[in-house]
Amino acid sequence: VSPNVDFHAFAPEVVLTVTILVVAVVDLIAPDRSRFVSSRIASVGVLAALIPVITLAADGATRSMFDGAYVVDNYALALKGFFLVVAYVSLLVAVDYIGDGDYYQGEFYFLMLTSVLGMLVMASARDLVSIFVALETITIPTFVLAGWRKHNEASNEAAIKYFLIGVLSTAVMLYGMSIVYGETGGQTLLSGISSYVANNDTTPMFAVAIFLTIGGFAFKVSAVPFHFWTPDTYVGAPTPVTAFLSVASKAGGFVALLTIVRFGFFPSEESWEPALWVLAAGSMIYGNLVALRQTDIVRMLAYSSIAQGGFILVPLAVAGDQGAAQASFEAVVIYLLIYGAMNLGAFAVVIALARRTGSTAISSYAGLGQTMPTLAVTMTIFLFSLAGIPPFAGWFAKFVMFRAVFSAETPSAVVLGVIAAVMSVVAFFYYAKVARMMWFQEPATEVERASTRTVTPALTVAIAISAIVVVVIGVYPQFFARVGELAFQV
Amino acid sequence: MDWFDDWALTLAVFLPAVGMAIVLLIPRVEEQLIKVVTLLTTLVTLAVGVGLLVDFDYDSPRLQFDVNKQWIEVINSRYHLGIDGISLPLLVLSMFVTVLVVIYSWNHFPEPHNVKAFLALILLLEVGMNGTFVAQDLILFFIFFEIVLLPMFFMIGVWGGPNREYASIKFFLFTLFGSAMMLLSFLAIYFLSEAQTFDIPALAAAGGEGIVHGTQVLLFAGLFLGFAIKVPMWPFHTWLPDAHTEAPTVGSVLLAAILLKLGTYGFIRIALPIVPEGAQSWAPWIGLLAVIGIIYGALGCLAQRDMKRLIAFSSVAHMGFVMLGIATLTDFGINAAVFGMVAHGLITGMLFFVAGSVQERYGTREMSRLGGMLEQMPHMGWILAFCAMASLGLPGLAGFWGEFPAILSAYDPTLPFGLIGGTSGTLWTFRAYMVLAAIGTVLAAGYLLWMLQRVAMGKVKPEFEDLHVHDVHGPEWIAWTPMLIFIVVLGVYPDLLFRVTDPAVGKIVNEMSRALS
Repeated sequence: VSPNVDFHAFAPEVVLTVTILVVAVVDLIAPDRSRFVSSRIASVGVLAALIPVITLAADGATRSMFDGAYVVDNYALALKGFFLVVAYVSLLVAVDYIGDGDYYQGEFYFLMLTSVLGMLVMASARDLVSIFVALETITIPTFVLAGWRKHNEASNEAAIKYFLIGVLSTAVMLYGMSIVYGETGGQTLLSGISSYVANNDTTPMFAVAIFLTIGGFAFKVSAVPFHFWTPDTYVGAPTPVTAFLSVASKAGGFVALLTIVRFGFFPSEESWEPALWVLAAGSMIYGNLVALRQTDIVRMLAYSSIAQGGFILVPLAVAGDQGAAQASFEAVVIYLLIYGAMNLGAFAVVIALARRTGSTAISSYAGLGQTMPTLAVTMTIFLFSLAGIPPFAGWFAKFVMFRAVFSAETPSAVVLGVIAAVMSVVAFFYYAKVARMMWFQEPATEVERASTRTVTPALTVAIAISAIVVVVIGVYPQFFARVGELAFQV
Repeated sequence: MDWFDDWALTLAVFLPAVGMAIVLLIPRVEEQLIKVVTLLTTLVTLAVGVGLLVDFDYDSPRLQFDVNKQWIEVINSRYHLGIDGISLPLLVLSMFVTVLVVIYSWNHFPEPHNVKAFLALILLLEVGMNGTFVAQDLILFFIFFEIVLLPMFFMIGVWGGPNREYASIKFFLFTLFGSAMMLLSFLAIYFLSEAQTFDIPALAAAGGEGIVHGTQVLLFAGLFLGFAIKVPMWPFHTWLPDAHTEAPTVGSVLLAAILLKLGTYGFIRIALPIVPEGAQSWAPWIGLLAVIGIIYGALGCLAQRDMKRLIAFSSVAHMGFVMLGIATLTDFGINAAVFGMVAHGLITGMLFFVAGSVQERYGTREMSRLGGMLEQMPHMGWILAFCAMASLGLPGLAGFWGEFPAILSAYDPTLPFGLIGGTSGTLWTFRAYMVLAAIGTVLAAGYLLWMLQRVAMGKVKPEFEDLHVHDVHGPEWIAWTPMLIFIVVLGVYPDLLFRVTDPAVGKIVNEMSRALS
């Protein structure tokens, strides 16, 4: 029997796949001077893929295919929408960098969109195999992207480190999944695993399997102590790729983790909660403390993304407690949405400035408030949002995280909440360091004259979109809060 | 005036935000236009405040000009604004001082000038300050409480003195730490309260019902950190002298006049009524810290060489009196505290204005280099003398009515409702505080007169003998006269303010005593 395929449900993936193929072909036949068209095609394709997401959301029905292995519900649609918007902004951020650099344009967009396709699949995947395939579809293109500047040693190092550790984590994760498969008597569907876990005592072996699987995901989301690749890869990779890695592909990892915990391992909270607790606390403490000492903004943002990952893990680490599930899962989704906007915005400004001054040293931001006030204002908004200062969206992300902690009401949850609170104060210090550099210092004149390049239209749009989201959601968070709520509505 | 009832508070909070948006749209070179727009915005906002004063029902303890609309439905947080007799004076003070600050700045913006950014920040600051005093939802309160940090951070960091970077980050980190703990308490209150709400009046009416004693003590500790750092109480005060010393004049004025009150206001509005049992257990300790603050602040003043730093330490002492009044948990003490807040806002605000003007003219605030101001600029000298007298609590001026009743209220904190728990131990503890606070007033007289003597009296120091200094000039007169008038009016006729605050304070104390009995 051939499976019953609902093409409406698949439409976003189909549109994106067609776009990927067109990009690949156009790059082959287009003459050198019109290579830039691949970027336009990619952008249009991503926006076009949003249309079926919207029609599906308007329709509202939950569509389940392949015996429940692939589901299009509110949760999947909310995340697909998020991934596509992030992909669009990432394209805007990348387009001039890639266009200027004399790199292989077509391949870049081909790989990036393939990774995005993996994310769309991830949002719907509900069994171990499709989660695994989706995760690899997300990751493998990014190995190549990280090494994009192939004549640059740092870029090569970035790619190799990322690749080796990525492959290792995949192996660990697969090993864990295979034990799950065996222990549950041949279940790959998350719903099957969930009912197995609910009806059987967790054996030590099964706990190990859960631990290994989560460990594998921890690499992807660069949670401490599985974070070693992150700073070097972020600095070595082309900055637009870093923006993509730190937002889109990281979010892909979080969604995988969220899906597998929410729909699979959930009833066995005693085996996954402690692991996530340690990952969350470790990432928050390590990421924030090490970020304090950074002098390069990309490196600082790398550690900041480790720390932010810790904050995102906090609600997940308490989700198994009595009555906390709903608030916790909502918090993860809301935090991801907000994190996407503010981190992409920050990276867009970093890229705009790097084009101008050729530097990513924090000291090169001196006096930006005088030389480029608008850029400095938007950067300040993103930094303060990352620090969680109202009235910018970051406060709400932190708030829903704390709300999850308190809805759990267990001592370990409250301890984690207090760690998070203290660490968000620490975080302010390094975000403010950049703000202070921009506003409290005099500009260094020679850097100022180094380049007259202006901020390109694409970057301007990317920064504007991010800034508007950060400010509007900061003042009126109800919109994202509602998305988070709908995602988990049964 | 139905329309006004519904919109007054929203206007009071967001008119400055509109003004800020307009200022941001005006090109940077059009300085005159920017100044006019800012002044008009603050004046219109003040006009709303006057409208509130006219329309306010002074006999009623309930919340007025209520607005209660949906905001973040998902987390059950609402856009709830309202004022009572405690909020009203502070709200109007905030509007009033902002206008004066803009006038004072008119012709002397501190380096690096940038009029546009400076005034935009002042307007943003006003949004936060006004919002904090009218918010009736914990999350809304938190947002406004935090919004205040941003403009002050930049004001100190960009326009401040030589050590501004250190001072600005210290200010921010201290307050941020406190407010993080405060937010945790807010959330815990939400989940523990039976109604599961962030609504301040509802939580106050419930009076911590269903929250066990031990938890209340913990919750109060979280709130305490948030508010006490802002006040600031000893030993959390160390950010204050740095921030004040480095801040530009108007930054110092706003910091002293309004920002410190956000902390004490938080105690009265949130900490006391929502977790009364926690407040009851902590009250003697708060009293202790308050008294230490009074004595420590006074001794700190005596060790200062910088005039502004001295005034900053005197703030620590004065806020100690306010906190002592609050710690008694009596009707009398809290009324005194609100009075003290307004009086301190006017008097210390004025002192910082004068210190700023002195700095501008002589280029220094070192008291050992100054002297003979009465000779060189008699008006400025006499204004300084007047403010010093007001600050040390001279009867007939506003400062007296903040300090004296606060001290008196510590004599018998078990009356009239016995909130402290009438054991003779606590009673005598508070009486000991009363004696120490009284000693504090003597010390206050000491350091203020000492400052006055060194700065205003005596002979002009040789280095400044030939300096031509302009006495108080136009914008200064316009900015200062209203404040000086209010210091006298409130001093002569304190009932003007006590009448406003008393019903609302009575309601809070009633609610607490009902919850505690």
